[in-house]
Amino acid sequence: MTNSSTHALKILLWRDFTLAARNKSEWMNPLLFFIFAAILFPLGIGPDTAILKQIAPGIIWIVALLAALLSLDTMFRADYDDGSLEQLTMSPYSFATLILGKVSIHWILTGLPLILLSPLLATFFHLDAASTLILMQTLLLGTPVLSLVGAIGSALTVGLKRGSMLISLLVLPLYVPVLIFGANAVSASSAGLDISGHLMLIGSLLVLALTLAPMATAAALRASIG
Amino acid sequence: MFQFITKLASLRNFYFFCGKLLPWFAWPTLILMVVGLYWGLVEAPADYQQKDSYRIIFIHVPAAWMSMFVYLVMALSAAASMIWKTKASEVVANSCAPIGAAFTFLALATGSLWGKPMWGTWWEWDARLTSELVLLFLYLGYMALQSAFEDKRTAARATSILAIVGVVNIPIIHYSVEWWFTLHQGPTVQVMKDKQAMDTSMLIPLMIMATAFKFYFATVLLMFSRNEVLERESHTKWVQEERERL
Repeated sequence: MTNSSTHALKILLWRDFTLAARNKSEWMNPLLFFIFAAILFPLGIGPDTAILKQIAPGIIWIVALLAALLSLDTMFRADYDDGSLEQLTMSPYSFATLILGKVSIHWILTGLPLILLSPLLATFFHLDAASTLILMQTLLLGTPVLSLVGAIGSALTVGLKRGSMLISLLVLPLYVPVLIFGANAVSASSAGLDISGHLMLIGSLLVLALTLAPMATAAALRASIG
Repeated sequence: MFQFITKLASLRNFYFFCGKLLPWFAWPTLILMVVGLYWGLVEAPADYQQKDSYRIIFIHVPAAWMSMFVYLVMALSAAASMIWKTKASEVVANSCAPIGAAFTFLALATGSLWGKPMWGTWWEWDARLTSELVLLFLYLGYMALQSAFEDKRTAARATSILAIVGVVNIPIIHYSVEWWFTLHQGPTVQVMKDKQAMDTSMLIPLMIMATAFKFYFATVLLMFSRNEVLERESHTKWVQEERERL
């Protein structure tokens, strides 16, 4: 059974990749938002290098969080509307596993490009190479948590017509720990402190989210479909 | 015992059962509240350092304790409604949300009032205040999700999941905020930090107030639940009869 479950997962992943390749705006827009929202901060605060350097980790993390939030609404929307989500719940394969597949796609399309783009933003904010590397490490561990936890909010509101505002209210409080550890790791490292603790804490958040969030998302989707 | 519980699962029985319980909680609330407030605000000695302004703790601390406790009650009844699909537990979970939000708001407001004479500012990014603020948003999110659905039972299924996800996250949020605070080392005077130093003459009224708040919660929870039962069952005959009786 597990064998055919992985096969189903492969097909699902392939289908979602094809869909994403044909509908670029869905995942491109959050990325453009990510870059431009970050540019707004120097414009609003002023081009003082020292200040920008100090606030850079926090701002890049907050913008990453908002970009993830922006893309959450579309995570299950199309599949819900055309009924394929309902078919997935009735399939003989583990629904939580299939959900994990869909969440991975979401992360590959929104989280991963964001990590690759972060050095660009780090340059805008005059971050040095070492801090940039740590920023990328925290994003690598943290953005999957954003996708996984966000999936729960997305699943809870998928049946509602105007769910996107509600998602932010549901999900943002749950993002607080990731933001705290992610942004503070970079600040701590520039203060010369050891950051292995920060990384391990984000890592444990990731493990926790990876094990529990797909189940909660699956339950929430079943509730939404009714 | 089990028969008693299944009987309660019917909303009509639940309504009358709550009605019977109500005076057993309402009267102790009144008595404890009067005694606790008089003792705390008049009898208890003034603090040598904070003078009379410390007296706000008789409201602030019980409210803060309740804000967490109510979420726990809410999550437990949410879990019950997920497992047994009982309507009564859905009603209880829904009734918890506004009460918990009110306690959280009260804790925040009194904390801010207390902060002005003590820290010289209305708001300090203190670890406990910050996690209370996040908690308030968890309650508001729950209430927003609940009101977004038209069908009450669909809403209950969605909100139960949210409540359980929230209860897993509360300790994580709480400790991450606390840890964040110790990193920043703000200029805060942590007067409340060593609770051991609290004198018995202040501790007793505080405990009375905490008990009064517990009873108050139970009273209001019963009233809110009864109200929601009437709303949900408004089309049935027994509710119409009950309405005429009132």
